[in-house]
Amino acid sequence: MARPCAVVGIGQTDYRRRLEVSLEGLVRWAALEALEDAGLTFADIDAVVIGKAPDLLEGVMMPELSLADALGAVGKPIHRVHTAGSVGAATAISGVTMVESGRYDRVLVVCYEKQSEGNATWALSGGKSGGQGAGGTFAPWIRSYIKRSGAPEHIGWQVAVKDRRNALRNPHAHLRIPDISVEKVKESPMLWEPLHFLESCPSSDGAAAVVLASEDLARRGPAKPAWVIAHAKRSEYASFPGRDPVRPRAGVDCAEALYRKAGITDPLRQIDCAELYVPFSWYEPMWLEGHLLTAPGEGWKLTDSGATELGGSFPVNPSGGVLSSNPIGASGLVRCLEAARQVRGTAGEHQVEGARVALGHAYGGAAQYFAMWLVGSELRPAFA
Amino acid sequence: MSHDFRPVAVVATALTPAYASFAGPEAALVMTCVNELLETTGLRREEVEFTIAGSCDYLGGTPFSFVMNLEGVGAWPPVYESHVEMDGAWALFEAWLRLQCGDVDTALVVGSGRASAGRQREVFALQTDPYTMTPLGTDPVSLAGIQARALLDSGRATEADFAAAAARALPGASVEELLKADYWCDPLRAHDVAAPADGAAALILAAGDRVRELPGTPVWITGMDHRIESHHLGLRDLTSSPSAARAARGAGVHEGPVDVAELMVVHSPEEVVLRAALGLDEAVPVNPSGGPLAGNPVMATGLARVVEVARRIAAGDARRGLAHASSGPCLQQNLVAVLEGEH
Repeated sequence: MARPCAVVGIGQTDYRRRLEVSLEGLVRWAALEALEDAGLTFADIDAVVIGKAPDLLEGVMMPELSLADALGAVGKPIHRVHTAGSVGAATAISGVTMVESGRYDRVLVVCYEKQSEGNATWALSGGKSGGQGAGGTFAPWIRSYIKRSGAPEHIGWQVAVKDRRNALRNPHAHLRIPDISVEKVKESPMLWEPLHFLESCPSSDGAAAVVLASEDLARRGPAKPAWVIAHAKRSEYASFPGRDPVRPRAGVDCAEALYRKAGITDPLRQIDCAELYVPFSWYEPMWLEGHLLTAPGEGWKLTDSGATELGGSFPVNPSGGVLSSNPIGASGLVRCLEAARQVRGTAGEHQVEGARVALGHAYGGAAQYFAMWLVGSELRPAFA
Repeated sequence: MSHDFRPVAVVATALTPAYASFAGPEAALVMTCVNELLETTGLRREEVEFTIAGSCDYLGGTPFSFVMNLEGVGAWPPVYESHVEMDGAWALFEAWLRLQCGDVDTALVVGSGRASAGRQREVFALQTDPYTMTPLGTDPVSLAGIQARALLDSGRATEADFAAAAARALPGASVEELLKADYWCDPLRAHDVAAPADGAAALILAAGDRVRELPGTPVWITGMDHRIESHHLGLRDLTSSPSAARAARGAGVHEGPVDVAELMVVHSPEEVVLRAALGLDEAVPVNPSGGPLAGNPVMATGLARVVEVARRIAAGDARRGLAHASSGPCLQQNLVAVLEGEH
């Protein structure tokens, strides 16, 4: 049977344009920080899992080959995951599988993107110039959400402000806008109706890493483990008549599977905080609903109430989220490791007081790939 | 790392022809295999608990091309699914580990590629270090030529050895005739290099009671491992493959006799290197299918080796076989699987 698995080390670079480091330098930075946190060296690692978004973003094909030396993988297995925007969380889950299988005791998971080496919007438009980009794909669905839920237009602005305020507490965050305000967001240029410039994620370089370990090794320390309570993935077709891209069934199924495995019956109450993949402001209420944290039509009300702010009853993206830093292929792993930081109590200035159970989430493609993990300060917390 | 594995079996396999140029989308290649597997096993799509595919965006120059492959894989109702940007053999590796966890009993594994969409010799040059090697245009055929030259210079192989490996893929060919051909990428001749093709390979894995419930002869995966070595050719001895040797040990190759081996020999000199690294003596038949030199559906070629071995064991032509897959210039990364029939 599956063995328990825990996060025992966490590392991440600063997220911004990183013209001063090579691809090797970037990933090694995150990996070394995670190893140091775990009190380990590369010699202690049994296998490496690497994830990133399309290779065309940097123009390096199958980069596990050219990064094997920098990641200490020579002589070991190195495995490469690619599941579009969800890849960071999917890579973490592949790493967990490797530990749960009993085959590997310590696995290093590394994800990265170096957008400054290519043109992400070109690549995200299917390798065509003048394409619509990710915002152009999601904006019509956001409009549909607004129409369906009756949400007032300020909700998007409010999420944009909240996540950027949170980012001011996170030294790794890319966007740091001290005077961020609703006025500033709504006066920023309109990119894709209804999304303004400041409701969109930045283009970041960066790498993130976690060390995963079996239960025995995790209990030996030295760092406090974040236990992987449950994980789930679901995928569905990109498009067909009758598909609901606003509330994709794969997202609902994924959340259901996750909560069922964890023994969670009332997620909004039993989970203390979440790092959701919100690349455009409106995706906060959309995923609150789409992942069963609220009923349909109620997500924006939770956001509007202030509950998702740091200090609220259900903080979402206390790190500043994807809206503040988006090293695409790493962004999902950043959500997962930020959730782990919360339950370890090591989230620094953006720590959620008393967080015991946290959700890390990512989605990708045409809102069709979902990957989530639930981490806790205890392996089997009792949910009342 | 040693522990008792949960027994996992290949219960059905599918393989498209290796097309020089398939007139259709990659998803159609995938769908052909998936439909065949569902028909063979009698499984409904939603009964397959875990799905994982291996493919490469770069073959067609389209980011997210694997997303379109979902159309062929089948993803409604939504499926528990993942994707590796690697040969399908690595998808198999993750599926095999996933089944070890005990809560999942069936998996669909797919590898697919449509190499005809691009000039793959140029495309694969982007695998090398982007700062020091890619600008030099170091493509895989040129690098395989360097490996071949190292083998010749070391005295470990002759051009006749390369031709002997190639001859197996070409019905009616003789070593003597092949050696008369002009060099294409000295010391490689055209027949020494597998032509990139379009195709897909797929299989169904089962564990627990599912193995007996499904029709067909189960072929057990008794060991699997993969290893990588340095990317820097100057740090490697190109006449040997320590990563393949290590993967073979990890997969338990030497714990019994090997009746058949299917090796991912994309350039004929690689057979010399791999035979030595895997400890396969002259008595072991290598690539009875013709191997990748006879059909190289890029990103499915490695998984196709597993399919070929599984089919020979299921047919009773072999009891224990080795399947090998490789990735990267000069065999940088190697995967080995050991398959066995019923005892």
